[in-house]
Amino acid sequence: MIQKLFIYASPQNFYPLAGRLWPLFALLATALSVWGLWLGMFVAPTDFQQGEGYRIIFVHVPVSWMSMVIYLAMAFWALLGLTFNTRLSGMMTQALAPTGAIFAFLSLWTGALWGKPMWGAWWVWDARLTSELILFFLYLGHIALTSAIDDPRRADKAGGVLALVGALNVPVIYFSVKWWNTLHQGASVSLTKGSSMAQVMLEAMLIMGVAFWMFAVAMALYRVRSIILVRERHAQWVADLPEVKAQMAQKIAGGANV
Amino acid sequence: MIWNSWNDFWAMGGYGLYVWGSFGVTALCIAVEMVWVKRARENALTQVANELAAKTNGKEWS
Repeated sequence: MIQKLFIYASPQNFYPLAGRLWPLFALLATALSVWGLWLGMFVAPTDFQQGEGYRIIFVHVPVSWMSMVIYLAMAFWALLGLTFNTRLSGMMTQALAPTGAIFAFLSLWTGALWGKPMWGAWWVWDARLTSELILFFLYLGHIALTSAIDDPRRADKAGGVLALVGALNVPVIYFSVKWWNTLHQGASVSLTKGSSMAQVMLEAMLIMGVAFWMFAVAMALYRVRSIILVRERHAQWVADLPEVKAQMAQKIAGGANV
Repeated sequence: MIWNSWNDFWAMGGYGLYVWGSFGVTALCIAVEMVWVKRARENALTQVANELAAKTNGKEWS
């Protein structure tokens, strides 16, 4: 079983696997988001305190969760890459970063749009918001750092270290509402105390969370295939891929016209 | 169904700008990302094909 898993640590084997898996995750993401949006926008009742404005929760909480989960996933791959020196790890770390950056941005954006009507401010320098902003910068920093280094192995190492060190920020974000006195409300869902929301609101939020999760996986798998192609372009197996052959044929056909 | 009309739905009890501003930009970001990854794959395939073509051309000429 373990050996079977290690087979997929090689880019050559992971490339076709990712190609088979991403449409599945994309399909799940689509189906779940339709279901979650239906529940959240048409079934869930009006909130007694925040009226209809609370419905931002159905994107704000899922994208915020995912911005943290993706960073942890990056740190996981980075740790794997730095300890076992596996080639795929660095590629996965790189493939996850843009999706994470987008979710971190969306977390800040939807948070601002929620803060304005409820707190009266788009932004406050409170611990939760500031640590999420730092997360956004960590993603951008990771993208900038890895793309600034030409040698992919060195880029992987540097990016891996940044991903690992930056992961310390994730628990800070999560527990910030407990550790400091923040304007941001506490967790609506907690492992120890259960949920403080109506059942259907909670369901919609969780379904949207899983939907975004599936989307992130689909994007990372799709993106890592492009990274694998470029990094392994001198390998014979890449030259033998049908999509590469098709591209070559197209190129030759295009060249003949000139 | 909790809404009386579509107008009601779009108004979101006066929070329309904030709610739709959140959902709209999220949808936009998702769409942009899908275009990005698609383009990145096309670029990767082009780059690989170009280098392979250069390599085979080089062989033929030498």
